[in-house]
Amino acid sequence: MDRPIRVLVAKPGLDGHDRGAKVIARALRDAGMEVIYTGLRQTPEQIVSAAIQEDVDCVAMSILSGAHNTLLPKVVELLKAENAEDILVIGGGVIPDDDIPFLKEKGIAEVFTPGTPTSVTIDFIKANVKRK
Amino acid sequence: MFQKEKLDKIKESFKAYDEKVAETIKKRPERKEVFESGSGAVVNRLYTPADIEDFDYETDLGMPGSYPYTRGVQPTMYRGRFWTMRMYAGFATAEESNKRYKYLIEQGSMGLSVAFDLPTQIGYDSDHPLAEGEVGKVGVAIDSLADMEILFDGIPLDKVSTSMTINAPASVLLAMYIAVAEKQGVTPDKLRGTIQNDILKEYIARGTYIFPTEASMRLITNIFEYCSKEVPQWNTISISGYHIREAGSTAAQEVGFTLADGIAYVEAAIKAGLDVDTFAPRLSFFFNAHNDILEEVAKYRAARRLWARIMKERFGAKKPKSMALKFHTQTGGSTLTAQQPENNIVRVAIQTLAAVLGGTQSLHTNSKDEALALPTEDSVRVALRTQQIVAYESGVADTVDPLAGSYYIEAKTKEIEEEAMKYIKKIDELGGAPKAIDMGYIQQEIMDAAYNYQRDIETGKRIIVGMNKFKIEEEPPKGLLKVDPSVGELQKKKIQELKAKRDNEQVKEKLEALRGACQGDENLMPYILDAVRAYATLGEICGVMREVFGEYQQSVQL
Repeated sequence: MDRPIRVLVAKPGLDGHDRGAKVIARALRDAGMEVIYTGLRQTPEQIVSAAIQEDVDCVAMSILSGAHNTLLPKVVELLKAENAEDILVIGGGVIPDDDIPFLKEKGIAEVFTPGTPTSVTIDFIKANVKRK
Repeated sequence: MFQKEKLDKIKESFKAYDEKVAETIKKRPERKEVFESGSGAVVNRLYTPADIEDFDYETDLGMPGSYPYTRGVQPTMYRGRFWTMRMYAGFATAEESNKRYKYLIEQGSMGLSVAFDLPTQIGYDSDHPLAEGEVGKVGVAIDSLADMEILFDGIPLDKVSTSMTINAPASVLLAMYIAVAEKQGVTPDKLRGTIQNDILKEYIARGTYIFPTEASMRLITNIFEYCSKEVPQWNTISISGYHIREAGSTAAQEVGFTLADGIAYVEAAIKAGLDVDTFAPRLSFFFNAHNDILEEVAKYRAARRLWARIMKERFGAKKPKSMALKFHTQTGGSTLTAQQPENNIVRVAIQTLAAVLGGTQSLHTNSKDEALALPTEDSVRVALRTQQIVAYESGVADTVDPLAGSYYIEAKTKEIEEEAMKYIKKIDELGGAPKAIDMGYIQQEIMDAAYNYQRDIETGKRIIVGMNKFKIEEEPPKGLLKVDPSVGELQKKKIQELKAKRDNEQVKEKLEALRGACQGDENLMPYILDAVRAYATLGEICGVMREVFGEYQQSVQL
């Protein structure tokens, strides 16, 4: 039998607003996924190392500080460097629409902006993870 | 307040009304089976004197400006002068933020409210590796006194009051403010304003902590003591429920957890040997304003009454000013939607009314575009105008505490006070707020409330106009504020120049003196001020304290 989908929920950068991250973490868990939450102030390096160590299928990052264009692509790059590009990377938070094409180009599979129901995120993960 | 016979009669007619309603509902059901307030408390169909039968005007309300301050902290409230319209602003560099402040003052803003970027809030210079991508983003980058001088250039510090949203490194930023004033020829006793300086809510809800609990509490009580002597008009802390509410708490939790934090600060200061009446008059609070006007008004009134009772009965405060809860309000950022952002103007207007009807001392109104980015100059102006319209056109500021005596408002005030008191008792049992935080109790309670709220939105039980009902197809919004990514490089260059120019020997000396003081138990403020004057950077000063005190480790739980 397949093991449940494993997701790393992470807060990159210095932003401390973690309501969204915690709500999504709990919603994913209630949807039957295994969730690891990193806590605050994670560098891209820490996030990637946790993702590999925990053998996750998806990294979900929440960011409200405006540093998304710097930090999210860096996580994708570092995952590639670790040959872990099969891990699905998604982002959420206060991210202007204008920045979304850039983030997708850099390998962020989807960006969920404020007001997205958790069910949309859950369905997206289910449909897009590459199960090992 | 009420005669027994009359109350009995009201109860009887209420019973008859209730029976009649039951018949009506059979034919024509109400919109919902259960009606709930903005934070999920059950709202009754009708409130009557029977809901406040023990209500006693003298003990529950009194007059405005006197104990228990339910009706407000000043006798005439806004008939004397309006609340301070204080717009929270700061982005990119000190130069750019200085321009925004001058614009806001020109537009009628009465006080400044400084937003710092995250590296500044966490005590890192702009050239620290962890600051990458964050410099100047959510506020202004301040690395040293040199930046602070630019930030307040041309703004006379004896004329404005300044609120600074700074917590873990509050002592350093306050020292920089004092030093800028010195250069302007303004003595510290003339300075008016507030530093947020509330570390407990950082551990609970906002996350910009640096040091472990004990060291943080020491820094805070050092500031209380220093300011009571040197900067007597300064509000030394703004005990904040705002972020607790933004993290998802209910209105009653906002009051309960915030006052529990307040109790912890008072206890720490008393333990440090301060007399309660020397520092308590300079404590201030910071609350949120969400959409449910009536619940919010009751919340502010309950907070004032409860704090007055706590200060008098628990801490034996004697001065009236020690018992009066003054507060700043910010409209609720988390209530704004990225969908149909124009609707946010209406939400902010409703929240403004709540804050004013609740008796706030100062108010920051959010801008319509804040669920998308930092506000533009135009959107900030609309937000400020919203306050001005409520002040000058609505009439609600012309009489004191106009909603008092409403059966619902008084019943709700009592209900929130009682529920908040339950949380305070529970936290007392756990050993006080710092312990309850270390155990994760407060965070867990808020997390549960936040999750319930989200569930209610997704099941459609809670309607958010434009988001889960009345949706339209929308074009992406245009003209959002963008912070130039070169700000980081610019700040790095400024730090290099500063370090080349200043007397580095002197900096080293001042930092070593600070280290020594940190290892002992002296008041740290004079040492920090000396280091600041020598142009030591924020990162260098906080770095010394990090080395001595260590760093707080968050306990993560879902």
